[in-house]
Amino acid sequence: MKFLTEYRDPELVQEYLKKIHRITTRPWTLMEICGGQTHSLVKNGILDMLPEKITMVHGPGCPVCVTSLSVIDEAIYLAEQSGVIFCSFGDMLRVPGSTKSLLEVKAAGADIRILYSPLEAVELAKANPDKEVVFFAVGFETTAPANALSVVHAAKSGVFNYSILASHVLVPPAMEAILSDDENVIDAFLAAGHVCTIMGMEEYYPVAEKYKIPIVITGFEPVDLLQGILMAVQQLEKGEFKVENQYTRYVQREGNIVAMKTIFEVFEKGDRIWRGIGSIPNSGYEVNDQYKLYNARLKFNLNLPVAEENAACISGDIMKGLKKPKQCPNFGTACKPEHPLGAPMVSSEGACAAYYHYSSSTGRKEVIT
Amino acid sequence: MCLAIPGKIISIDSQQEEVFRNGKVSFGGIIRQVNLSMVPDVKEGEYVLVHVGVAITKVDEKEAMQTLEYLKQMGEMDELDTSETKEKTQSDN
Ligand code: SF4
Repeated sequence: MKFLTEYRDPELVQEYLKKIHRITTRPWTLMEICGGQTHSLVKNGILDMLPEKITMVHGPGCPVCVTSLSVIDEAIYLAEQSGVIFCSFGDMLRVPGSTKSLLEVKAAGADIRILYSPLEAVELAKANPDKEVVFFAVGFETTAPANALSVVHAAKSGVFNYSILASHVLVPPAMEAILSDDENVIDAFLAAGHVCTIMGMEEYYPVAEKYKIPIVITGFEPVDLLQGILMAVQQLEKGEFKVENQYTRYVQREGNIVAMKTIFEVFEKGDRIWRGIGSIPNSGYEVNDQYKLYNARLKFNLNLPVAEENAACISGDIMKGLKKPKQCPNFGTACKPEHPLGAPMVSSEGACAAYYHYSSSTGRKEVIT
Repeated sequence: MCLAIPGKIISIDSQQEEVFRNGKVSFGGIIRQVNLSMVPDVKEGEYVLVHVGVAITKVDEKEAMQTLEYLKQMGEMDELDTSETKEKTQSDN
């Protein structure tokens, strides 16, 4: 498919690997932010082909992984209310809550629908005026415009039996939380391309400056990722710390102004609890006052106790880059995709599931340089 | 979940209000209805990047080509570098 397959060209991939091998002289730890990037790196065997001096650690950019246990419990509570059609992206269904998952609630008879787009949920609300339709609005900055747009559509169409359970998370505050951790090991970031398609590059300059760290906005295909790694390693080898854009076909410095306007029409920033990491100030979006009729938390008077995370899951250390999935004592034993203990084993964008499904674990392959 | 894929705009439906503007987008032959309100200046035949039913940007075709040529351009720069510093170092990179 145009603009997709060209970036998977095996010959080009080899050329990049050679170049990276040639220029790497010292050990560096790079973090890719986005779970989609983690998935692509692991699935395409790139981790095994990079120089041994380069360690890739896998960041918190997987909404399934960072949505807190308390929010999953809220979703389950809403889905169990009679007269509610609860709608969600598919990956959220298997995430374990305190006592059960949405999938188990669905099996027990709740009306839970898996949708491709939040805009479909508004249509569902129109078609079912006697029901309350709730959309589970999770995701990063990439997904926030679509979720916000669903609320604008409902408001403009006079649809009042629609609301969203918002659990949006934002990348730059998470980067800062990781960098200001005493144990931080990260030398450079590959920032999440599609997040920057929406938000642009501006937010990253102060982070690069403050922490003296290269940030390369990077895409998702093998050539994109290798080019991003190459750009980051070049900066590191030269002692630079700039914000660079590898993903120029989709990312402009100023981002998508219309998309940002839609976000701020409906959402306001607030503190957010990240599963495994804890509360990060100003790291999420919540529905603002103007659209409070569409805030499921207010509509259904949600006031559930804060849930305790499962101590057996070390996902926080993994998302901060301090541990690899295989260093978790439960990996592949007590914790498997069929019975996950933690969220990173659920979605294929989660680092644990990516390693479980694809990683050869036999070490690195030879690249002829 | 941040998965977004490029597709070609087949047709744009006229709508009274910009927020509802949508059109048909082909993803390698599979056609879907996509909201186009966030890409105000796109035309039929152009490519957009689509995420959960909403086009979030237009594809910059020139940049798309340049990304693929990045190594080649870098190679040319390397050659310039080496020719300039040839006398000082024998390194051929
Ligand atoms: S393997 Fe399972 S328990 Fe261990 S960190 Fe990953 S998700 Fe958590």
